[in-house]
Amino acid sequence: MERWVGKSVRRVEDKRLLTGKGQFVDDIKLSGMHHAAVLRSPYPHAIIKSVDTSEALKMPGVRAVLTGEDVARMSSPFLQAVEGPLEYYCIAVDRVRYVGEGVAVVVAEDRYLAEDALPAIRVDYEALPAVVDVEEAMQEGAPILHPKVGTNIINHRDLRYGDPDAAFAQADVIVGAKFFFPKYSSTPMENFAVIAEYEPIEDIITIRSNFQGPFTMHPVSVAALRIAENRLRFIVPPDIGGAFGIKSSMFPQMVMTALAAKKTGVPVKYLEDRAEHLMSSSSGTDRVTYIEVAAKKDGTILGIRKKVMDNVGAYLRSPEPACMYRSTGNQLGAYTTKNLAWDAYVVMTNKCPTGPNRGYGCQQLYFEMERVVDLLADRLKMDPAEIRRKNLIPKDQIPYTTPTGGIYDAGDYLACLDMALEKADYQKLRQEQEKARKEGRLFGIGLATVVDPSVTNIAYITVAYTPEMRASEAFNPKSGSGETAVVKMDPLGQVSVIINTVPEGQGHETVVKQIVADELSISPDDVRVVSGMDTFTRFWSVTTGTYSSRFASVGASAVAMATRTMKEKLFKIAAHRLEARVDDLELVNGAVQVKGAPERKLSIRRIAGLAHWNQGALPPGMEPGIHASYTYNFPCSTSPDADDRVDSSATYSFIADLACVEIDPETGQVEIKKYVTVHDCGKVINPKIVEGQIYGSFVHGLGGAFYEEMAYDESGQYLTGSFVNYMCPTAVESPELDIGHVETPSPLTVLGSKGCGESCTMSVPACLANAVADALKPLEVTVDRLPLRPGDIWQLIQSARQNQASKGESRK
Amino acid sequence: MKPPVFKYRRAGTVEEALSALAEYGGEAKILAGGQSLVPMMNFRLVRPAVLVDINPVQELDYIRVEDGWLRVGARTRQRSLEKSAEVRQSCPLLAEAVKWIGHPQIRNRGTVGGSLVHGDPSAELILVAMLLDAQFIIQGKGKSRTAGPGDFFKDFLTTAVNEDEILAEVSYPMAPPRSGYGFRELCIRHGDFAIVAAAVQLTVDERGRCSEAWVAVAGAGPKPLRIRGAEEALVGSDGSSRVLDAAAARVPEEVDPISDLKGSEAYRREMARVFVRRALEDAWSMVKER
Repeated sequence: MERWVGKSVRRVEDKRLLTGKGQFVDDIKLSGMHHAAVLRSPYPHAIIKSVDTSEALKMPGVRAVLTGEDVARMSSPFLQAVEGPLEYYCIAVDRVRYVGEGVAVVVAEDRYLAEDALPAIRVDYEALPAVVDVEEAMQEGAPILHPKVGTNIINHRDLRYGDPDAAFAQADVIVGAKFFFPKYSSTPMENFAVIAEYEPIEDIITIRSNFQGPFTMHPVSVAALRIAENRLRFIVPPDIGGAFGIKSSMFPQMVMTALAAKKTGVPVKYLEDRAEHLMSSSSGTDRVTYIEVAAKKDGTILGIRKKVMDNVGAYLRSPEPACMYRSTGNQLGAYTTKNLAWDAYVVMTNKCPTGPNRGYGCQQLYFEMERVVDLLADRLKMDPAEIRRKNLIPKDQIPYTTPTGGIYDAGDYLACLDMALEKADYQKLRQEQEKARKEGRLFGIGLATVVDPSVTNIAYITVAYTPEMRASEAFNPKSGSGETAVVKMDPLGQVSVIINTVPEGQGHETVVKQIVADELSISPDDVRVVSGMDTFTRFWSVTTGTYSSRFASVGASAVAMATRTMKEKLFKIAAHRLEARVDDLELVNGAVQVKGAPERKLSIRRIAGLAHWNQGALPPGMEPGIHASYTYNFPCSTSPDADDRVDSSATYSFIADLACVEIDPETGQVEIKKYVTVHDCGKVINPKIVEGQIYGSFVHGLGGAFYEEMAYDESGQYLTGSFVNYMCPTAVESPELDIGHVETPSPLTVLGSKGCGESCTMSVPACLANAVADALKPLEVTVDRLPLRPGDIWQLIQSARQNQASKGESRK
Repeated sequence: MKPPVFKYRRAGTVEEALSALAEYGGEAKILAGGQSLVPMMNFRLVRPAVLVDINPVQELDYIRVEDGWLRVGARTRQRSLEKSAEVRQSCPLLAEAVKWIGHPQIRNRGTVGGSLVHGDPSAELILVAMLLDAQFIIQGKGKSRTAGPGDFFKDFLTTAVNEDEILAEVSYPMAPPRSGYGFRELCIRHGDFAIVAAAVQLTVDERGRCSEAWVAVAGAGPKPLRIRGAEEALVGSDGSSRVLDAAAARVPEEVDPISDLKGSEAYRREMARVFVRRALEDAWSMVKER
């Protein structure tokens, strides 16, 4: 009997995607459909004194213009994860707060005509001073974005775990630095795409979009649109051209398009273009961190103390401030230290709002963490591998409860690190480095060892509230991470699986076929997977969707459990027909047979057919038909406790990375000579797909390390509005990876599998920064910010040389 | 990101293209490969009322060697240059430089004339034209004129081609005997616009001394620059590494770069020197082998 889980089964999605037969939002054309274009603010901060649409309405093909006034009348401000007086609508109402914020929406017969009408809208702005720097925005006297809020600090928690003061008092050594992580994004091939229509008789709004979930944004949109929950329909087509977290943040565009449809009475399509996507959709947060680590002389880390400032842009858009709190449970990474002082500030500035972006919160976390661990190693003259080995959580302590409430379910961290060192031939590399340094070459080796969380427990967001607030009667606690799958067999006995995971290119259909084929001992080709999503007809919940590397943990488990539930029914029917006990039956090659008497058998097709065609022959009391649904959830996904501890993700993978780089001392160009990445993501369901995820996440991490930044000048003007200036690495910039796996099955998932979708985005910026820092070590410079473009590295080299020269001077 | 309304005119011959330009005055623009023009139209940075499509004009699609010159029709695709054996033989520096233009897909559509007339200061083809003193044939209705690169490239995105004219041909002098070249480019990603690019060509006399030198830099000013000081330092020299250092050292004072996200003014100035130095090394080692 062939088993499919664990094999590199070829992706069934690729044929349609590569031949242009995918079904995306833009492939949908509705009768009478019009097109939207958005007039966007050229100002980083200004009061809108008036909007005059009269000339635009006279332009050819224009049906209507939606303005802030309409939006304020027809909708409510979005609900936020942190309640307060902040008013955030789908477009600006009386004030713009970042360059690119929507000010008015033209609805016309086609997109060309809609764009033609944009300059005819007259907007009278009164410019205000702007602030883009997170620390400046926190200062007394800084321009205030939201006068009703009265401060730009929208959330602050002073969190303490263990006894950090004692840890720092006992320390032999304390090392610290300030770090800056850049604002950068995902740039999926398909930008945001929305089609909305309004049906007035039943008051139904239907929104077709490439929204990736979480479907928490359905209730958020219900409230904004002031509609009944069961009258707002979200439909997602089978294909999404990449999402990477960014498409969690598209609900304002969905609501905007819905209002345009409601105002005009025609279906409206809004296809965001690349310039809009780069300027006004979403991105990860930029972050400034002051971090200190306390340690013993032998390298044992005693505690971490840090002040963290997340720049969430002009509004706190749900699920922010999750960048800060998503990693609560794994805030101390893969290390055994028990003590943490974490002063967390979430700050608004005149930049585009932020949201989930592959590696959410963990990119920033591990950049500051892994850099400071290397600084500690430097100070103690320890090898970076040795200091990690000293502090990594040993296998015999796992499952391990972290001081911040995470429960690391499984993993062998030291085995991963050892495999990475072995693959790279670490000792030899260090010898090479010694030789290179003698020759004056800048040759560096970097490491990063990080815990890679998967399956968000939505409870973590409530860490933004104090325990006292969470304990109040009025507070609505949140928790969970559930996902539903449905499996059914139709009258001719064929298997369909319905998933709500809105795949964005990951290959869910292929993986579901593998799982179900194994469970039913049939061929993957005999399993049909129905993806896409429809809130009117599917069983879903707020946690539905694909984000936080959920699928291999919770999606795969839901599919396996739904199939097993259905299989139980097949067995019961077979037992009845074969006059045997269920316990005496087994499933072999797609048939249920009596153990030891293989001639007494019924194929599952026949059993399913019987449940439809011969309902009278079913066991007494059994429902006809064959279908099962299962909603998988993790019991550990509960609310934070009174000490702010929360198991913020259900499962935790692990990554050990090693990078070897050489820097051209004249130009600052970096060559990646070697990159090793070893993962423990539990049972690998499809090695080829996991390899693709690792490559994709590597390149995404490489972008943040060396190339990508959504840049603003000091006045708040946006500088990277096209791919000429917003530079994503391409295949040419990507080295070949040396990938390894340590497979420690998760006890929490049905197949032992867990997430690997975000993976290297978390480790690569840190690892490459460490490698560059190591290469520059002879120059005594601090690598404390990303991205490291050649010009930035050259500047570091220059300043080091000037320092050395002036030191030389002073010695004379 | 959609262009405003425009009229489209298809030209089958140079004559038809010129008639269309005459008909619409300054409102028309020539569409060749469209690799810069079309994105600029989509961003509404340019709004021609009429596009005159010269893609069907076969008479401007040629590469031939005549009288010591490599003659290239303006509508020739960049990819054709890259693949041409004649170009590799007669002007190998040009063949090398073309590889640095964008990506294969861009070179498949992009034309030689389109890049030159667009006048982007970081363009490889313009750098080579400046370096080698390429000659341009500009065709007007019933008359044509020629220009050298000093007259042809006026300023940032501005050339000597008037509204009623089109560029018909560019010709490059064939590489002299006993010559070597170097082409080096710094960009953050493969296929990007150059932060700086350096092109050099050197010839030596029978005694192995440098008899002629051409040095030019792109990306370090509003148009590519010949670095005369460097050329002077090379001619008559033995090409020792001291000489190459000294020649490259003349670069920073002659360039006039700007600062942006990809590099500060100081970085570009220094990189112009570094890349000229490396290109000189390439060129000299090539001559030594001959």
